Amino acid sequence: MSTRYFGQRIKRNEDVRMLTGQALHVDDVNFADMLHVAFYRSRDAHGYIKEIDVSAAQEREGVVAVYTAEDLGDYWQPGPLLVPPPPTIKGLIFNQRTQVPLAKDKVRYVGEPIVMVVAESRYIAEDAAGDIWVEIEPLPAVIDIEQALSEDAPPIHDDLDSNLAAHVIQRKGDYETAVQQADLVIKRKLKYDRGTAAAMENRGIVAQWDAKSHKLTVWDTTQAPIVIRNGLAAMLGLSEHQVRVIAPFIGGGFGPKIMMFYPEEVLLPWASMKLNRPIKWIEDRQENFFATTQERGQVHEAELALTRDGRVLGLKHNFIHDGGAYIPYGLTVPLNSQANALGPYATPNYYSEFKVAFTNKPIVTPYRGAGRQHGVFVIERMLDIAAKELDLSPIEIRRRNFIQPEAFPYNHEIIFQDFAPLVFDSGNYEPALDMAVEMIGYEQFIKEEQPRLQAEGKKVGIGVAAYVEGTGIGPYEGARITVEASGKVSVASGIGTQGQGHFTSFAQIVADQLGVDVRNVYLVTGDTDQFHWGAGTFASRGAVVAGNAIHSAAVEVRKKILKLASEKLEAAEEDLELADGQVRVKGVPETAINLGSLAVMANPLRGAVRPGTEPGLEATSYFGPESGTTASGVHALIVEVDPETMLVEVKKYVVVHDCGKVINPLILDGQIHGGVAQGLGNAFYEQLHFDENGQLLNASFMDYLLPTALDVPRMEIGHFETLSPLNPLGIKGAGEAGAIPAAPAFVQAVENALGEAGPEILEIPLSPNRLFELVLGVGLTQKTR
Amino acid sequence: MNTLHTITVTINGQAYEREVEPRLLLSDFIRHEIGLTGTHVGCEHGVCGACTILFDGEPVRSCIMFAVQANGHEIMTIEGLTPDASEENLHPLQASFREAHGLQCGFCTGGFLMTLLPFLKENPDPSEQDIREAISGNICRCTGYQHIVDAVKIAAAKMEGQ
Ligand code: FES
Ligand code: FES
Repeated sequence: MSTRYFGQRIKRNEDVRMLTGQALHVDDVNFADMLHVAFYRSRDAHGYIKEIDVSAAQEREGVVAVYTAEDLGDYWQPGPLLVPPPPTIKGLIFNQRTQVPLAKDKVRYVGEPIVMVVAESRYIAEDAAGDIWVEIEPLPAVIDIEQALSEDAPPIHDDLDSNLAAHVIQRKGDYETAVQQADLVIKRKLKYDRGTAAAMENRGIVAQWDAKSHKLTVWDTTQAPIVIRNGLAAMLGLSEHQVRVIAPFIGGGFGPKIMMFYPEEVLLPWASMKLNRPIKWIEDRQENFFATTQERGQVHEAELALTRDGRVLGLKHNFIHDGGAYIPYGLTVPLNSQANALGPYATPNYYSEFKVAFTNKPIVTPYRGAGRQHGVFVIERMLDIAAKELDLSPIEIRRRNFIQPEAFPYNHEIIFQDFAPLVFDSGNYEPALDMAVEMIGYEQFIKEEQPRLQAEGKKVGIGVAAYVEGTGIGPYEGARITVEASGKVSVASGIGTQGQGHFTSFAQIVADQLGVDVRNVYLVTGDTDQFHWGAGTFASRGAVVAGNAIHSAAVEVRKKILKLASEKLEAAEEDLELADGQVRVKGVPETAINLGSLAVMANPLRGAVRPGTEPGLEATSYFGPESGTTASGVHALIVEVDPETMLVEVKKYVVVHDCGKVINPLILDGQIHGGVAQGLGNAFYEQLHFDENGQLLNASFMDYLLPTALDVPRMEIGHFETLSPLNPLGIKGAGEAGAIPAAPAFVQAVENALGEAGPEILEIPLSPNRLFELVLGVGLTQKTR
Repeated sequence: MNTLHTITVTINGQAYEREVEPRLLLSDFIRHEIGLTGTHVGCEHGVCGACTILFDGEPVRSCIMFAVQANGHEIMTIEGLTPDASEENLHPLQASFREAHGLQCGFCTGGFLMTLLPFLKENPDPSEQDIREAISGNICRCTGYQHIVDAVKIAAAKMEGQ
């Protein structure tokens, strides 16, 4: 088989539509008789609902309906638990509390929807939302995650006696023995605060109930349309075949658009059926800051036990994870933090205990990295601190602790978010580190450049951090591939797509198998009427799981093509080749048949076929990996800190990345660039500031700073390939890697720039202000005014 | 508030006459009254740049203008860059974005293109820093900007002779 496309920097199939403004997004779906929705959302973080008065809203001209929780009757149900806790962890506590469509009796975060207004236009709907009066008897807001678990914190869910949402302990070996053997034990408290994914497109739903065909169609900015379809059908008492969920082009996902059963997602289809009219709700940016899920709040108490020569004997960390007001996504995020704190290092003894706290803040679910960066931040920071104590370079201490290439598969003996033991399938970490050190010019920087620049009064520093990322988890994805009479090939898959280039990378896989032009492979994805099995796009799994399903379906179709062509061309299958959209006899290119003609022959409309014959050149396949595959890499950067303003400029950024076999390096580079930009945003710009009443103080793009083209540096990328043995294509996921190690690398570089007299930095996100405070805190003022 | 005003706006060379409420945003007018949905809205408060259009040739943010302010003016949107949205007829700026993989989800892209079109006219040979400054008012959450900057360099080279 030729691999003309696999591994090539192919331009994307989907670009033309996007570049000409023709790509359909949810807000582009319009119907003449469409209704529009606005929500009245809670202004209090915590309190009892005493009274709701919607009479003025109902009277406003153009208002069609106003709904409160009471009006929903039996349809009012807490949302489903999307990911149950792993059944295999002993002693696990999990207090399942999931979000409700409209708050009843109690509100639990600012922005929680209380009333839904339906009107002839969005403008009128918002006017009417302004007419609504809700009286809340406020309760003290639970904001700080450590205080949330204290005895005197008021419980957010009245039927629980505390705000403990979950408690999990996992261990490997015996940490206490490690401490006894250790020459050095380091203890630190580290903090990671909240940010938001801020996809450029906000969420949106259009629901259209067609009473005549008895069908519900929902356009939804979801990353998991099939799960949403199945859930909605069950909730609404419809057959799954009566519900079609379409996730069209999505303007960025990054996690929070996953299968949430957000209140709006559940309410709009219901209202469309009730009112028998199409209905639309598009989240505005301010709503997005409350109504879309967030991530990142954790506090860790970590301990690292080492030998004198810098070998890690054990790691212990206790942490509290901020769950927000409800925990529909189970324990995915803290389990990721737990697993990723082990990093690429051979840690013989591990003790990790976490508690999840309910807080009066928006719901927490995975956002790019999904808890992995917390774990990576902890272990990378602890190693840096240990290296300083032991007078080792940050490079050397990592080198001494890497899992060695011959040790794979490497079993960490704890349970991962996919319920399977955390086993790293493959990797080779040291060469990746060497490559990064070389690319950033580590030695030269330390020996020459840094002293020279320091002599000029400049504060420059270097940072290097390593990471692993569990990617491509199950359960499974599927695909159906059909050769059409035109000779074009269609691929239907269930995963949604949010800009990852699936229309191209998947087409590359198919084009190579079937010998067609990559532009003649047409992907349909995210439409449940086209394909209705699968889980969705998350956990860097699209390329791995759906990619392999597509590969396997393409292999099947290829077999069918060869079999039929061998009959028609009267040649042995081994003598045939697929190229240029034809099957032909090798060395006799005149003896050929177009795939399109062959497809017609495979679908006869008259005459008889042999019993058991399946029509068409079509195959459906599924791929379900046994467990996730482990991508890895190293980030290195050089920064300059302005001692006057504490602004940090990234001068150089290097990523060395191993995600197994690469389908399209151009697309992969883009994924990494975008991830690093989000990682740097997370490190230095982006932080959600809640006050003690649970009011978000920076709910706009004026105040919540996203990195711009002037903040994100040019990046150099080194690719390194260790093939995954867990799937035929040898690929590993790549979607989140860019974002994961940026913060610890950044912090190490900033510390290095500020020098011995500077602060030890144990928190993320930073900002110029925060850095200034930290610096002043240790007395390095540098000010001679 | 509900009194309707008749406005005439030329968009991508075609004149449209509509009756609108004075509070109707220009972005909503373009997207939902005229149906040109290639102009995207990411923040509705003038920060992200996704809704950028050309207003009498100048880039402006359509989410912080009212439709009535466009009465008698000429607008160009992303749909106006090509005659027919085909691959062959892509504007060199669009083709360069494709070549350099300057877009992922594509939601921000229209705003970038409309910002860059006049920029490249005035700066036919921009440096990397010039480009970064020119797009610093447009937010892209997917690309990390590097491929966008590359795309602009390619576009500048392509468009020079034109
Ligand atoms: S939508 Fe207009 S600037 Fe963001
Ligand atoms: S390509 Fe997605 S926001 Fe720019």
